[in-house]
Formats: sequence, structure tokens, C-alpha cells
Amino acid sequence: MMITVRKLVKRFGLKTVLRGMDFSVEPGEFVALLGPNGAGKTTFLRILASLSRPTMGHVNIAGYSLPHQAAAVRRRLGVVSHLPLLYGDLTAEENLRFFARMYDIALADKRISDVLEMVGLASRRRDLVRTFSRGMQQRLAIGRAVLHDPEVMLFDEPHTGLDQDACQMLDTVLCEVAARGRTVVMTSHDLARVADLASRFDILSRGVITASIQRSDMDPNNLLAFYRQAIAEA
Amino acid sequence: MEPISQAEKQVTRKSSSLGIGQFFRAVTAIIWKDLAAELRSRELLSAMLVFALLVILVFNFALELDAQARASVTAGVLWVTFAFAGTLGLSRSMALEKDRGCLDGLLLAPVDRSTIYFGKAIGNLIFMLIVEAIVLPVYSVLYSVNLFNPGLLLIILLGSIGYVAVGTLLASMAVQTRTRDILLPVLLFPLVIPILIAAVKGSTGFLQGVDIIDIRPWINLLLVYDVIFVAVAFMVFDYIVEE
Repeated sequence: MMITVRKLVKRFGLKTVLRGMDFSVEPGEFVALLGPNGAGKTTFLRILASLSRPTMGHVNIAGYSLPHQAAAVRRRLGVVSHLPLLYGDLTAEENLRFFARMYDIALADKRISDVLEMVGLASRRRDLVRTFSRGMQQRLAIGRAVLHDPEVMLFDEPHTGLDQDACQMLDTVLCEVAARGRTVVMTSHDLARVADLASRFDILSRGVITASIQRSDMDPNNLLAFYRQAIAEA
Repeated sequence: MEPISQAEKQVTRKSSSLGIGQFFRAVTAIIWKDLAAELRSRELLSAMLVFALLVILVFNFALELDAQARASVTAGVLWVTFAFAGTLGLSRSMALEKDRGCLDGLLLAPVDRSTIYFGKAIGNLIFMLIVEAIVLPVYSVLYSVNLFNPGLLLIILLGSIGYVAVGTLLASMAVQTRTRDILLPVLLFPLVIPILIAAVKGSTGFLQGVDIIDIRPWINLLLVYDVIFVAVAFMVFDYIVEE
């Protein structure tokens, strides 16, 4: 397993967000984590990303456990959220160069050029990020996340705030990321969009996974019905 | 696109270990990033500088002092100015990281999180020293006091290190809250009282030509405070920034 989560509990004060959640992902799988607002999707991804400490339970990613081997886990993770996590006063190239130094990447110049080419921003490499549209910033955010060639990618609502064209362009980049054999976990509210991207759909409701289905076992057009049923039964 | 190969991984990573070399590379990367961004926006320095100059101007008009009184209040006015301008810089420096989610981007890097603390603290110290380097000559002219005393400069350096060491740690804590602008000074000023007292006493001593033996306890206090708070920040920063 690339990701194994057992009996994961997360509490914020008196509020319990995750209630003994179990979750696992095979290498190369693309899992869409769906659920209503407040279900705990973002909290769960933040725990996987070692940005949040679990209250109880076991999390293992690529053979390393959290929180004790967090640095080793982070080296194998790429994270994209609805915020770009980029510096507006640096150019696209400077942003990637900064993260290349943080990730200790050798041959950084070539890697940065390759990544900018991949996300379609090679011609804007010397422009300040604050002059970019939201869609361009999100593509650069994906570039930042794949810069160190991670084995696992976490996407937290990456389509939030993007127009249709930007969403389509983002999907193309997402497909390329998945096609490289990376393990992907993505949270989303946009069922129609993830139906074409993911290989497995997990429904998270009230802090636990209540249903899971492989894309090969269902008609993607029935995803909405499956989702509604899983939420209703939770 | 090709699947990720093991060979490619070896090319794209300098090392899998988190050694001292990577620690310093990450710290310098954060300092470079802060300086490069500030060079473009001038958001932080201009705010700190304008505020600091306004404070010494206000004091200049509010306190109508003779030469003797000027010598006795100089250290106090200087350190009040540095402390207020420093708070402004500390708060803004962490807010810029938090507002666009950049702090998460930093926390996701596979480095010891104390590198983030040291990178931010050294960046903040550089900004504070730049402001001090501009404020000192302006103060010198306005108040007709000679401030170019090596001992005074040493006290300013030690005091600034201690102030930034505590301030960066507390700003990282305060930035997670909705009331960060209010919370930082409320948390910071009680903790930096020893630094401000030692810095004011030490500065006054040097400006009034007091014997070094009488000033040494204040220098020692500043040194001990700096070492303790840098060590404390090194140990607790990881817990402060993680949810």
C-alpha cells in the first residue's frame, strides 16, 4: 500500500472531525475523496500532508509513519490546495527556484524548465506571479507540487475559483500527473469533473469513509446517485 | 509521459538525508526569498521605516529637551522606536506568509522546521537592522546626539537579536489566530521586558561614558536571553506551527 490510515481520530478541542477513519490507497491509484462541507476532507488531507497532527491513529505513507518520520513523508508528497502557496512578488521561475532549494533538488535549472514547459508557463517564466490569472497560478502551483517528482500527490479542491477553461486546462495537467504513475488523492465537490479523472471514489461523511467504489465497477454517470445514497445512509 | 523511474529520482534529488548542508541551504533560501520579495514590494521596510521616523519626530516635538536631558532619554526613545517598528515588521512578515497559504508551502518542505524559524528570524533581523541603520543617523541629527559608539552598536545588535528571536516565534503563533495584529504585541511586550531593560540600561551606559564593568551585566543579560530564546524557539517551533 502507498497510503495506509488506521483508526484515525482528529479533535479540535471538543469537536471531533475524524472519528476512527480507515483508508488505504494502492500505488498508482487516483482516489477522489468526496463528501459534504464539514465532513473532514481538508482536515484529512492536512494530516496526510503532515500539516496537522493526528489525535490518535496510524498514518503510513510510502513506508514512513506520521508524525515521527514527517520529513521523509514530505519528501515523497506533492500538495496542491485551492490556495496557490506561491509568492506573488517573485517570478514563476524564482518561485520554483526557491522550492527547488527547499527540496534540495539537483540539476534545478533543467527541472524548472521541464516543469514550466509541462504546465504551459515557459513563456511567462520571468513574470511576477501576482500578474497571473487564477488559472495560471493554479497551474504553477501544480508545477511547484511536482517539482521534486513526488510519489504521492494530494489535491484539495484544486478547481475552486477557476473558470471552465482554466478547469479544463487543470484537468489536462492532472491527467498528465496521474499518467506518470503517481498515487493521487483528490478532494472535490465537483462530481462531474472527478468522475472522468479518478479510478476510485470514496465518500467521507461525519469523519469516516462510508462508501467506496472503483470506477470500473460503475457507470460514471451514476456517481451522483451513488454519492447521494452513501450520504443518506451515513 | 514516462512513469517515474528510480534513476530519475536519484538525478532530481541531491541527497535523501537531512544533513547540516541542507539545513543551511534551506535557511539561506528563505532569507533570499524574503529579501527578493521585499526588494520588489518594499511593503515591509517602508512601513517600518515610516513608522520609526514618525515616532522619533513625535518624540522630538513632544519632549523639549536640553542637552543633559537628551542624553538621558536617548536610549529609551531609541528602543521604544525599535520595538514598535519591529513589531510592525514581525507581524507583517508572518502575515504575508499566511495570507496566500505560503506558510503551508514552507511547512511542506522536507526540512527540519527549525530551518523555517531561522530563515524567517534572520530575514526579520536584517530588516530591523536596516531600519535601525537609517534611524540612528536621523536621530543623531534631530537630537544632536552622537550615536556612533561601537558599544552602543553592540547593544543594538544583541537587543535586536533577542527581540527578533522571541518576536518571530510569537508572530508564528499569533498569525494562526484571527486577532493576530492585537495578539502579537500583547504576547511580545511582556516577554521582551528583560531585553528592553537591559538594552536601555546598556545603551544609556555607553552614551554617558559609564565604565564597561558597570555595563557588562546588561550585556551578559542580553547574551543569555538571546541564547535561551533561540534555543527555546529551536525546540518548540515545530509544535507551534503544526495544528
